Amino acid sequence: MTSLDIKLRKVNKVYREGDMVSGVVVVQSKTEVPHSGVTLTMEGSVNLQLSAKSVGLFEAFYNSLKPIQLINYTIDVAKPGKLPNGRTEIPFEIPLKTKGNKPLYETYHGVFVNIQYLLKVDMKRSLLNKDLQKQCEFIVEYKEQKEKVAPKKATFSITPDTLQNIKEKHIVPNFEVRGRLDSTICRLSDPFTGELVVDSSVAPIKSIEVQLVRVETCGCAEGYAKDATEIQNIQVADGDVCRGMAIPIYMIFPRLFTCPTLTTSNFKVEFEINIVIVFTDDHLVTENFPVTLLRF
Amino acid sequence: IFFLRKSRERSYGAERRLVAAPRTETASHPLKSVTVTVIKSGTKFPLSRSSSFGSQMSEGSSGFVDPLTSAMEGADPLSMFAAEEQTKKTSRSASKPPKESAEYFDDTFEPWSSKKMAILGKYTTSEKLSIATSFLSGPDKEKGAKAQTATVSDKVKHRLEQLDDFEEGSVQEMLNLSQQDYVHRIEELNSALVLAWEQDQRVKALKIAIQCAKLLADVSVIQFYPSKFVLITDILDTFGGWLIYNLLVIHFFFSFVLRASYDFTPEQVPESAKETCRNWFFKIASIRELIPRLYVEAAILKCYNFLTQGEHSRALGRLALMSRGCGDPLVAAYVRCYLCRVGVTVTPDFKDHLMICFDDFIQSYQQVMSDNVQNTLAVQKLELGQYLQLYMPAVNWILQCSAHKASNETLTQIVERCKEQKNRALLMNAVMSVFKPEFISLRAIEFNQIIRDSGDTIFPLHVLYRSLGSCVALSEPPNEHRLPLLNDVWKVVTKLKNPNEYIMCAETWSEFIAKNFGKREVNTILGDIIKHMTPDRAYEDHYPQLISILNKVMAHCKDFSQLFALEKFLPFIDMFQKESIKVDACKMIAECYVRSQNELTNDPIIINSLFFICKTMHDSVNSLTLEDEIRAISLLICGFIRSISFGQDKEQQLSFYVESRAAFTNIDTVLIHLIQSVNKLAMDTRQIVHGNHSRKTAAFVRACAAYCFITIPSLHSLFGRLHLYLISGRVALVNQCLSQGDAFFKAAIALLAEVPKSLEIDGKHRPTDPLLSDFMSNFISTLLIVPDSPEQGVMYLLRGLLNVVYEINWDRNSDTKARVFLMVLAMLSASVQDTFIYTVDKVDSNDTLYGSDPKYLDDLKKLSSTLVTEILKHLQTLDHPDTHRRQSVLAHEFFCCVIAHADLTSESMLNLAAKLWKLSQKHGLGDNKLSVRTLNSVKRKSSTVKAPQSGAYKQLLSQMQIQSRT
Repeated sequence: MTSLDIKLRKVNKVYREGDMVSGVVVVQSKTEVPHSGVTLTMEGSVNLQLSAKSVGLFEAFYNSLKPIQLINYTIDVAKPGKLPNGRTEIPFEIPLKTKGNKPLYETYHGVFVNIQYLLKVDMKRSLLNKDLQKQCEFIVEYKEQKEKVAPKKATFSITPDTLQNIKEKHIVPNFEVRGRLDSTICRLSDPFTGELVVDSSVAPIKSIEVQLVRVETCGCAEGYAKDATEIQNIQVADGDVCRGMAIPIYMIFPRLFTCPTLTTSNFKVEFEINIVIVFTDDHLVTENFPVTLLRF
Repeated sequence: IFFLRKSRERSYGAERRLVAAPRTETASHPLKSVTVTVIKSGTKFPLSRSSSFGSQMSEGSSGFVDPLTSAMEGADPLSMFAAEEQTKKTSRSASKPPKESAEYFDDTFEPWSSKKMAILGKYTTSEKLSIATSFLSGPDKEKGAKAQTATVSDKVKHRLEQLDDFEEGSVQEMLNLSQQDYVHRIEELNSALVLAWEQDQRVKALKIAIQCAKLLADVSVIQFYPSKFVLITDILDTFGGWLIYNLLVIHFFFSFVLRASYDFTPEQVPESAKETCRNWFFKIASIRELIPRLYVEAAILKCYNFLTQGEHSRALGRLALMSRGCGDPLVAAYVRCYLCRVGVTVTPDFKDHLMICFDDFIQSYQQVMSDNVQNTLAVQKLELGQYLQLYMPAVNWILQCSAHKASNETLTQIVERCKEQKNRALLMNAVMSVFKPEFISLRAIEFNQIIRDSGDTIFPLHVLYRSLGSCVALSEPPNEHRLPLLNDVWKVVTKLKNPNEYIMCAETWSEFIAKNFGKREVNTILGDIIKHMTPDRAYEDHYPQLISILNKVMAHCKDFSQLFALEKFLPFIDMFQKESIKVDACKMIAECYVRSQNELTNDPIIINSLFFICKTMHDSVNSLTLEDEIRAISLLICGFIRSISFGQDKEQQLSFYVESRAAFTNIDTVLIHLIQSVNKLAMDTRQIVHGNHSRKTAAFVRACAAYCFITIPSLHSLFGRLHLYLISGRVALVNQCLSQGDAFFKAAIALLAEVPKSLEIDGKHRPTDPLLSDFMSNFISTLLIVPDSPEQGVMYLLRGLLNVVYEINWDRNSDTKARVFLMVLAMLSASVQDTFIYTVDKVDSNDTLYGSDPKYLDDLKKLSSTLVTEILKHLQTLDHPDTHRRQSVLAHEFFCCVIAHADLTSESMLNLAAKLWKLSQKHGLGDNKLSVRTLNSVKRKSSTVKAPQSGAYKQLLSQMQIQSRT
């Protein structure tokens, strides 16, 4: 039994443009391995997908949704021949450089947009044996910019009067929640912070949550599909909290599922924060804040 | 064959001089090993072994082993224990992080572990609990497995359910668990967690931890919540500990593990460990629910140490703030408590989060009045006062952490802050339970004021007074404060209507009173307690507390006579009406008395009260009482008897013993003690008159002898009776009460005939032979000096003894009978001497009585000849292959007896000796070494004794050969 594997030198597998992606291809076998060449491919692409509800609408310009290739290299790691039995490590180094003028976007795993970078190793073998393949994802991050962006504070106050989708506001039991977000321009590496105070609420509160939402847009100017989906939901208060006490809002941006806010001609990835107040009778009040994520 | 036995003439004085070894004075115990002796060189017999030098003792291992030390086998238990702990520590540290940095926490900081048990014991419930988890085999599942006969559709459904169960995410809820079941389930979760770690299923472990933490958000059975907290945080601690261990081990971080030190800087941590660590934190940060997120992050807080220095302090502060999000005040309080708990282990010097927790707690108190909480309480039928008590462990812990090593100013500040709050009662209680008692008792009056003015009608008042009471009991308030404080407090306490509440206060305050006040106050409080406890026989429900009060009063009592004289003391004892409790109380009093009454006394009050108490204990003994129990009681009674002394008034003393005998007839040990005491009394009397008894003293010692004579037969133990007869007989003899002495010995001889072949000793049947031969040896040597009664024949006591020995149905497998004869032979040879080896002052023994009268000597000779024949007969019966060994041993003993006592110049004796030697060597079964030693001793004798004798010895020597076994 022959096994093939890629081991990257960096444990966290995070690389930036211009970095050297280095590591070893590991071949392990109890017997000698004859092969007709081992190749290593570095691939990076943006995959766009349409949500079910917009498929019909977009069939017309379907071609605009084919994957966008960002990077594609192939190198030979070993010439055809034999590898000895036991464990063989073949070192490799590939520079992470963009193909042409396309920028290297950050790795991002979304629902409709996926930006992924892969290393693939292929071992071609004779007809009797199946070719072996192994792939391994690595992560691309932007370089941290030197200049810092000034934080943009946002304050909010939620009362029955601020509700938008209710006509008869007087039947809503009275409540007042105010608070602030430390910044709507956020560093991806820092937690999202803020605080909120429940000044009063006639109806008991069941839970207060911070919802992180991605807004993915596919398509171009002629027509596009925009979908908002939840990434994660973090509870900041459980139960009927103490009135007048400042409750911290604290959320860490999950890796892979977030990336710096991205706008290109073909697709867009944006993020929003929802503050959700759930009452015990399961009525809920949401306050929405678009946020810009940056890496600096 | 008939041997005429002839004894050797002895000059005891000369012999003694000959064999006496030169004596030198020593300053050290010869049996001690060297090092110890050096340390305790001041004492002559350093037998007291204190643990402090135990380790040196084991080091100084000389070739010789002290029988006392050898019992310990090498190192003494303490140092062995310490060493074991050391190794345990190192081995444990590999699997668990050290719990607390020891240098920071001294005795003043009560560790959490010691509180755990108390909490588990206090907060219990009989309500049904439920648990929601996917990692346990639920009872309903088992039920499902049993339902085999179900329809096909059911079966399919059941299988699908099972599949669901195997899937990790499926959460099922178990309802209607009793508290024990619940605890059991949680333990199962704990082992599941450990198992998951061991199988390297880290995600599963995390899931278990999260599910556990989730249970803490549930307040459905609120009385059980504190216990639940204890159980579950234990699991979380395990989780955190394992995680750290894993990080260290997986990432080849062994050097730190082995050094068992966790003080490394983040720079030393390899990148891979940091990455794993970060992954953990990311994973935890994405837990949706607040409470599990808080708990789990707190549990692995220590791991922040891998990332950046000081990160965990910031995280603690943040978590403390985040805990505000917990809506239920009780849940929030316990989250804070856990944060503080983690905080003290991770960064003991960091205090910011403590103040946040404390302030937040104070603020969130208003929620207690909210509809939400009130509804919960109404549903669970809990009173507000009880509910508030659920907060106690959490608040106490938070305050304890904040107060630890804090300056007095900080403490005062905290107190001031607490005073301002609406809920000051709960806070004050916490302050009083965790602050240093010295701090509290200095301000006791002030605290009392606060309590009185609190006007808090919710928090139970008695709990407050209890806390205050335990503070002042531990550390006395200033002298001038004591009385006003007591007066003020008692004014309120005495008004407590509920006997339960009242007795809780009284229990703690009684110690303060007993410690600091005189008999008047003690009497008052006892009276007050009686007054409160008597209505509706309330005392029946509060025996433990009453016992504890009694214990405290007794422990601090210096003068028992005053205590017993208190008007209310005996009525107080009377409250213990249940028999077993009463005995317990009596035992406690007696114990205190025996422990602290060091002087002899003849105070009638003490005697009367303790007599009553001891009588109660004694009467509780019946055939069902355990052995140990009887032993404890008898020790106490003996202790009491020993402490009573009437000084010179011996008659009074004797009458006390008479009374005691009347009262304590059931316990052998006490009776034995009484008999010995009376014997001692007789001997004391003799000492006072220097052996010259007047008519009065003679009558008195006879009375003593009579006492013993009457008492001994009521003992159960046969050998106890035998020995006491012997001792009392000797005492009578020494006191010149010859007829009494004779009576004792006669009684002993009569009793000997009753000795059975085997007795039950310590639960096992043992033959009485060895005991009997020991006693005989003792008895026969006493008989030497007992003068013959003029009315009876020569040596009539000895003859009586011999008759009994003949009659006893001896075991065929033992030679005791022959050995007894050997003893008698030795004694007879001693009785033919001109002057006896020992005599009693002022008592003429047979040597003086008969003055070597030939008839007397002849009688003895005849007697001894008969005995020799008897022994020889016995030796003959042993001439059988199975008993050859016994024969040779006995022959050897006889030989020794002959060469020691017989006159070897007489032909027959010499022949006898030679024949015996041959017999002992005949089958080559004798102990070779022993034979050589005997041979040498005969050689030595032949060279030391005078002319005719030495010739005889030499002649004997020529006939002695050692037949070695081939």
